[in-house]
Amino acid sequence: MQAVLNLDIGYLGLCALSVIGAIAYGLLIGGIIRKVMARIQSRIGPPVWQPYLDVAKLFFQRTSIRHGMMFYLAPVFRTVGGIGIYLLIPIVAGMPGLAGFSFNGDVLLVIYFMFFGCLGMALGAGESGHPHAIIAVSRGLSQMSSYELPFSLALIALVAQVGTFSIGGIIEAQAGGIGNWYLFMNPLAGIAGLLSFLGMQMYSPFNIVLAPQEIPIGPPTEYNSTFLGLMMSGRAIFGVAKSALFMNLFLGGATSIPEAMIKIFVVYMWAVFVGAVFPRFRAEQSVRFFLRWPTWFGLAGIALAMLMKHLAS
Amino acid sequence: MKDEKIRRVPERIEPAPPDVLKDRAYDPVPASPRREVDPYCYLGATEVQQPLAYREALATIRNWCRANSLWVMAYGTGCGAIELRPLMTSRFDMARFGMAPRPTPRQSNVLIIGGYLSLKTLKRVIRAYEQMPAPKWVVGLGSCTINGGMYWDSYYTINKLDLYLPVDVYISGCMPRPEALIAGFQELMKKIKQGEANGWNEYLENIDDYKINQKRVIGDWRMPDYNW
Repeated sequence: MQAVLNLDIGYLGLCALSVIGAIAYGLLIGGIIRKVMARIQSRIGPPVWQPYLDVAKLFFQRTSIRHGMMFYLAPVFRTVGGIGIYLLIPIVAGMPGLAGFSFNGDVLLVIYFMFFGCLGMALGAGESGHPHAIIAVSRGLSQMSSYELPFSLALIALVAQVGTFSIGGIIEAQAGGIGNWYLFMNPLAGIAGLLSFLGMQMYSPFNIVLAPQEIPIGPPTEYNSTFLGLMMSGRAIFGVAKSALFMNLFLGGATSIPEAMIKIFVVYMWAVFVGAVFPRFRAEQSVRFFLRWPTWFGLAGIALAMLMKHLAS
Repeated sequence: MKDEKIRRVPERIEPAPPDVLKDRAYDPVPASPRREVDPYCYLGATEVQQPLAYREALATIRNWCRANSLWVMAYGTGCGAIELRPLMTSRFDMARFGMAPRPTPRQSNVLIIGGYLSLKTLKRVIRAYEQMPAPKWVVGLGSCTINGGMYWDSYYTINKLDLYLPVDVYISGCMPRPEALIAGFQELMKKIKQGEANGWNEYLENIDDYKINQKRVIGDWRMPDYNW
């Protein structure tokens, strides 16, 4: 009994370590993104470790402004949503602490958790009372509903083809070379997934929520000090978790830590490079975009999956 | 409306004991009787007194982080703000010093007064300044903030910004070039790292006198005494 207890505490410690590592890696990716964007605009740009300094500075600040309970809880919801997704997704298959608490049906739970963080954010932003925050929240929720449609269609195609709702099972089904990656096995559903991932990451064409210079940075307008630092950490782990989910679903997962880091980075950069080229959509343009081409690609992906399954049997 | 008639802000309301003075370089909390009632800037009333070496090390890290991550309030008050735009673009690129523009006072640390301040703008600037959280600095840009500049005899602009808000760094010139702005910000960073940029502490310690000055020039006050 004592041995089991010790093992569990050790496992939880590993999970906590991996969460801290994921936050650090997410912040590092944020710094690299700022550097890359600066080089694209022929600037020197901030140092790569700038996000660490920003977060540290924010955690050294204090405030005694009172907005209400949800205002305090929203960054916690956001961070907990990110950690929840991260712990459910297997980052490196079979490695303790990084294998995740994967079980049958966890794909659905992960999608729910993604909504959970944003919903908490919406409640907190609503209580902050700033009109820009409320505009941004309504934009964000409508955009989220629209990009979840093609993403769900791609996921349905994937699940229909693989025959399991577990992320671990999906990774196993893609084992054995690049040709087995779902992105190449069913390219139509892969394209739907890639396009909806752009909306998920909220970089430039779809950054209608934060929307700098338009509605001054949206939901976190009233957030400051430690709240903002917590939200930046939550955003870091959220980005890593979403990229890891995409890596597992479409790019065949990872078998070692460097492979996982590289794949997560590549998936992240896909959204960043698209954002470097395209200017921001308006809210209704973004919603219409997701309901047109990605949705058609998703439906065609389901048809392709059915066809391939029919031919195989 | 002339500044000469306005009472100057005294150096200090009452002489502080020497150990308090020594602590101020390490502790951003103003060591003053206002500590308990201070609405915005406090580090917790029941803070345990750690050893001096620990506080010193912590303050060094803290000041270094703050100096290298200045978030600037993008509030162009006067024509000097035109020189802030090139500072953000590729040629001068303030992002390499860790500076970033923030659109909301809640998240910014530096308030740049870009030139002359009309009384109408002064009221908004005071609101924005008081809404900023604790480590906050004011940079006066151009000679308008020092002595009024070319608006020195205007009926509706203030001449000496320091009477209304605590200015940490002045950048002289009409207009100062972006290079001068970079030099000014580096001066501010140096002061922050040495723990000398304590303008917001002085504002809270002398808040009564600042309020007297502010209310003397702003006719239609119609807002709370302290906006947070």
